Amino acid sequence: MVVVDISREQVLEWLHEVPDPEIPVLSITDLGIVRDVSIGSKVVVALAPTYSGCPATEVIEQSVIDKLHDCGIDDVSVKRVLSPAWTTDWISADGRKKLRDYGIAPPEYGASKRELLHGRRNVACPQCASLRTAMVSEFGSTPCKASYRCNDCLEPFEYFKCI
Amino acid sequence: MTKDEALLAYTLRLGDNALILGQRLIELVAAGPELEEELANANFALDFIGQARMFYSYAGEIEGKGRCEDDFAFLRDDREFANFLLVEQPNGHFGDVIVRQVLFDSFYGLQLEALTKCKDKRLAEIAVRAGKEICYHLRHTSQWLVRLGDGTAESHARATEALGRLWRYAGEMFAGDEVDIILQSAFDGPDLETIEAQWSLKVAAILDDATLAIPDEKWIIGGGRQGHHSESMGFLVAEMQFLQRAYAGATW
Repeated sequence: MVVVDISREQVLEWLHEVPDPEIPVLSITDLGIVRDVSIGSKVVVALAPTYSGCPATEVIEQSVIDKLHDCGIDDVSVKRVLSPAWTTDWISADGRKKLRDYGIAPPEYGASKRELLHGRRNVACPQCASLRTAMVSEFGSTPCKASYRCNDCLEPFEYFKCI
Repeated sequence: MTKDEALLAYTLRLGDNALILGQRLIELVAAGPELEEELANANFALDFIGQARMFYSYAGEIEGKGRCEDDFAFLRDDREFANFLLVEQPNGHFGDVIVRQVLFDSFYGLQLEALTKCKDKRLAEIAVRAGKEICYHLRHTSQWLVRLGDGTAESHARATEALGRLWRYAGEMFAGDEVDIILQSAFDGPDLETIEAQWSLKVAAILDDATLAIPDEKWIIGGGRQGHHSESMGFLVAEMQFLQRAYAGATW
């Protein structure tokens, strides 16, 4: 058996350069969806889908394959892992900062069931950090975001919901 | 019926409920009462269709005859779909849409929660993923039902009328058959009696908040599990499958 001669860390570093197609400032490792990389006769990347119906899932899988091909790894496959289910709690601290800098308020309060059922607390404006914000629409351009408005700087912004 | 046959039938039914309700909600795109609700419904539809894909893919693996998710969605006739009659009911007005969602999601959320503890690993995994989504769907739709029921005289009257019309379809969800029994006995699947009791409490609490009375309807219409659908189902399936029927094998 020919074993691909590459380290796991190197593969993860490359994957860190694969952007999320909907929010390109975030990489798929920031998003926390890369669950495992195993190296044997080929490189297998385990990815956790975000939302069930997320249209980005297939795009992300293809981008992972394309990226590793570009890095010289011919034999790549992607495995979808459902368990444990992806949660916004897995977005890295760096990822949260990138989201805020991009103008999207990151998920703040954890994805407990209580939060899913009753969640709706003050979300800080990513522009001026004011907590005087109001939800305009619980759903926005993608399933993962809600639309908000800041009552201080008056800017509209998106909030990445906890799930 | 063997354990595997029951597991296949059960998985397909989960997929059918999700797909057909997703298809109904898609009809509201560009026809919602306001932009925000249109986005909400489109997002719900996306979740349901994503869930249907996971169930159908798994069904294809259980069946082992090479059928994929698209084959189940686009190449079966209406009699082969085993979704509840409730989810195929036409959208009607916004009150109808919200009542249908609350009645179904209250059940589906409990069903998924029970499935997370079942012995079939894959169904349990899908249930965890899907359950989180249904949780926030229900948060949104139940709040709307409270607003409609406890809103104006007009909205109250329309919500009451929608509830009266759709209530008779709710009982079917608890009328299990052999498939449900095998899933419970062989896979530690949901106990429909327990779910019915939990559902009744949950729905009663929402209706109470919404100042809506529980309908005094005892008549239950069923048959969806066996593929006996209402008239509107044929039209829904025809529209959903048009492309693959007219241009078989078309891809993009």
